[in-house]
Amino acid sequence: MYQYSDFDRQFVHLRAAQYRDQLTRWQAGTLGDDEFKPLRLQNGWYVQRFAPMLRVAVPYGEISAPQLRVLAKIARDFDHKEENDVSKANAGLSEVPTLPDRCGHFTTRQNVQYNWIPLSRSADVMDLLASVGLHGIQTSGNCIRNITTDALAGIAIDEVADPRPFAEILRQWSTLHPEFAFLPRKFKVAITGAREDRAATPWHDVGLRLLRNVDGDLGFQVRVGGGMGRTPIIGSVIREFLPWNQILNYLEAVVRAYNRFGRRDNIYKARIKILVKAEGQAFTDQVEAEYRDILEKDGAPHTISQAELDRVSAFFVPPQLNCDRKSADAKIAHILKAAAEDDLEFSRWLQQNVKPHQNPDLRAVTLSFKRFGQAPGDATAEQLERAAELAERFSAGEARVTHEQNLLLPWVRCDQLPELWREARRLGLAKPNIGLLTDMIACPGGDFCDLANARSLPLAQAILGRYKDLDELHDLGEIDLHISGCINSCGHHHSGHIGILGVDKDGQEWYQVTLGGSDGTRLSGDATPGKVIGPSFAASEVPDVIEALLDTYRAQRTGQETFVNTLRRTGADPFKTAANAVRTSTARAAA
Amino acid sequence: MSQNLQLFSADTFAATEAEAQRLSIANDADPREAELSGIRVVELHFPKFSDGRAFSQAFLLRRRLGFTGEIRATGDVLIDQLVQMQRSGFSQAVLRADQNLAHGEALLKHYPAFYQGDAVHTAPHFAKAA
Repeated sequence: MYQYSDFDRQFVHLRAAQYRDQLTRWQAGTLGDDEFKPLRLQNGWYVQRFAPMLRVAVPYGEISAPQLRVLAKIARDFDHKEENDVSKANAGLSEVPTLPDRCGHFTTRQNVQYNWIPLSRSADVMDLLASVGLHGIQTSGNCIRNITTDALAGIAIDEVADPRPFAEILRQWSTLHPEFAFLPRKFKVAITGAREDRAATPWHDVGLRLLRNVDGDLGFQVRVGGGMGRTPIIGSVIREFLPWNQILNYLEAVVRAYNRFGRRDNIYKARIKILVKAEGQAFTDQVEAEYRDILEKDGAPHTISQAELDRVSAFFVPPQLNCDRKSADAKIAHILKAAAEDDLEFSRWLQQNVKPHQNPDLRAVTLSFKRFGQAPGDATAEQLERAAELAERFSAGEARVTHEQNLLLPWVRCDQLPELWREARRLGLAKPNIGLLTDMIACPGGDFCDLANARSLPLAQAILGRYKDLDELHDLGEIDLHISGCINSCGHHHSGHIGILGVDKDGQEWYQVTLGGSDGTRLSGDATPGKVIGPSFAASEVPDVIEALLDTYRAQRTGQETFVNTLRRTGADPFKTAANAVRTSTARAAA
Repeated sequence: MSQNLQLFSADTFAATEAEAQRLSIANDADPREAELSGIRVVELHFPKFSDGRAFSQAFLLRRRLGFTGEIRATGDVLIDQLVQMQRSGFSQAVLRADQNLAHGEALLKHYPAFYQGDAVHTAPHFAKAA
C-alpha cells in the first residue's frame, strides 16, 4: 500500500495542529459556532444526537495493521458514552444503555466512524491519528470527499488496470484544494478498474471507470451527476474516453463548473446531479470548454507525468508471496473431511467469504462484521486489535474497509486459509454470509443521527436474529438489503434489491420499502433506484414484510434464479401482494 | 508558504485607488466578461465565508486572464480562509471587523507547501519534487 513520504507525514501533522488552533479559538469564544462548523466538518467532526461523530478517512479503503491498532486505541480510550450528556431525550428510541460505544464503525465510503468522542478531546484524537498518517481531512463538509474504490483493487481477476495509484493521485490533488473547499454541497468520487463495478460508480457525483480504447491506451470513462438522497439519479457519461494522464485537468474543469454554477439557494438542490440534470448537454459543453482552456490557456498544469504514475504505482507492487498449492489443497481437503460440522461451515466460508486473486497462490478473504448482537459494520476495540493481528499474520499487514461495511484481507496465502478461518471464527468474524441477506448495508440511523426519521439498528438486529440459519441464508442466495434511517440515503436504500427507508409520520417511526434497486453490479443489473411498493409500514411489521418478500421469491423462483432476477421476471405485483398481506397496524396509514 | 496576501482590517481600511480604477464583480458573474482595461483593483465579494464562488473567480482572473492588478477579497472574510484566498489568486483581503489580523498572518505561514498546483504556484507538488 501507499507509504507516506516526509511531505505527506508532515502535512497530516500540520493539519492536526491547524485543527487544534481552531478548536482552541472556538473554546475561547474567539471563533464562533458558525465559523467553526465547516472547519470541524472538514476534519471529520459532525455533531449528532448525543455527541460529535468523528469520521476518519481511510483513503480508498486501504488500512495497515498499525493504523487499525490506533483505531482500536481510539475506540477504547475515547469512544465513551459516559463522557457525554445522554440526558438529552431519546424519546421513543432505543434506551441509551443499549447503544454501542467503545467501537469503530465501517462506512459505505470505506471510512471509519466513532459516535461518542467529545469535542473537548477531538484535537488529542487528531494527534493520535496523525501518528500513523490518519486524519479526518474532508470526510465531511461541502468539499471533495474520500476517494473510494473497489475493495478488490489491484487483486481482482477481472481488472483492466489497478485504480489505486489513480485514487492516490486524486487524493493528493483533492486534499486542501484551495478553490474547492466551499462547494455548493459535498462531492464524492469513486473509481473502478475492473469489469465488474464493485464501487457503485454510477451512484457518485463523479464515477470513473478505467478502460482501454481500441488502440489499447488506458483511460477513464467519466460519469457525472449520480447520487442518492431525495432525488436518486444515475450519473451520466460525459466522456467515453479520457486519457489517464488528463484526469486531474478534466476533474478540475468538472468541479470548477460545479463551484460556479451549482445551486446554493436550496440545500436539497445543491448536489451536482441537479445541475447536470437541469443543464443536460450544456453542462457537458461547459466542462469541455473549461477543460480545453485548462489545456490550452493554463498549459495543462495538472497533467500526470509518467514518472509520477510510476512513482505512485511502485507503492502498490504486490507483496512477494507464494505457497505450494498442492499442499494447500491437501490442507483444505483435510479440514473438509475432519468434522462434518466444520466441513459445512468451512466450505460455505470458502464459497462466500473467499474470493479469487490475480496471484493464483493467494486469496482475498472478507471478515464479516454482520452478526447478531452487533450493529452492521461495528467493530469493538478488541475486534480492531485482533483484525490488526490477522492482517499481520495472514495479509502482509494490510486490510481494506469495504463498501459493504466489512474488512477484507487482500493477501492471504491459500495454505493459510484453514488457519485464518479458525482464528476468524474464534473472533466471531467468519460468518459465511458475505453477499447474502444478512450482509446488509445500514446507516447508524435514529439511534445516533440527528437527521434520521427512524432507527436502522433495531431493524438490522431483528433481521440478523430472524435469519441466523445458514442453510436458509444460502438457499436465499445473493440479496442486497439496504437500510437508511432517512432520505439522505447513507444506507443506500435506493440501490438495494430490497430497500428500507425510515420515514417520520406524526413523530412515529415508519418504513418505506422499495424493490429492485441496483448498485450497478452484474448480479443487480444496470444501476437504478428501487421502486416503492406502497404506503409505509410500522416498525414492528418490517421483519414480517421482509419475510413475506423472501417467501414470495422462494415460491416464484425457477431453478437457480436469484431474488432480483425473479423480481424482474415476475414484476413487483406478487411481492406487493405478499407484503400488504402482513400489514396490521398500517391499515390506518394506508387509508 | 511565502506570503503575498496583504491583510487589512475592515475598520481601518481605506482604498488608495481611484474609484474608476476599481471594479466590483458580482458573485455570479463570469470575470472573463468583465472590462478590465484601466482597472487596478478587482473586488470579489464573499456574501458568506462558506460561499466558494469567488475562489473560482479569482483563479480565472489571475491565471486564465493573467490579470496583474490587485484582487481584493471583501465581505465575510475570515482568517481561516486566507490561505485559500492567497492560493486562488487574491492579493488583498479586507478582514471582517472582528478578525484577528496578527493571527491571520500566522495562519498564512502554517503550511510550507501543498499538493496541487494553484493560481500562484501553478505546478503540482509532484512536478516540483521530480
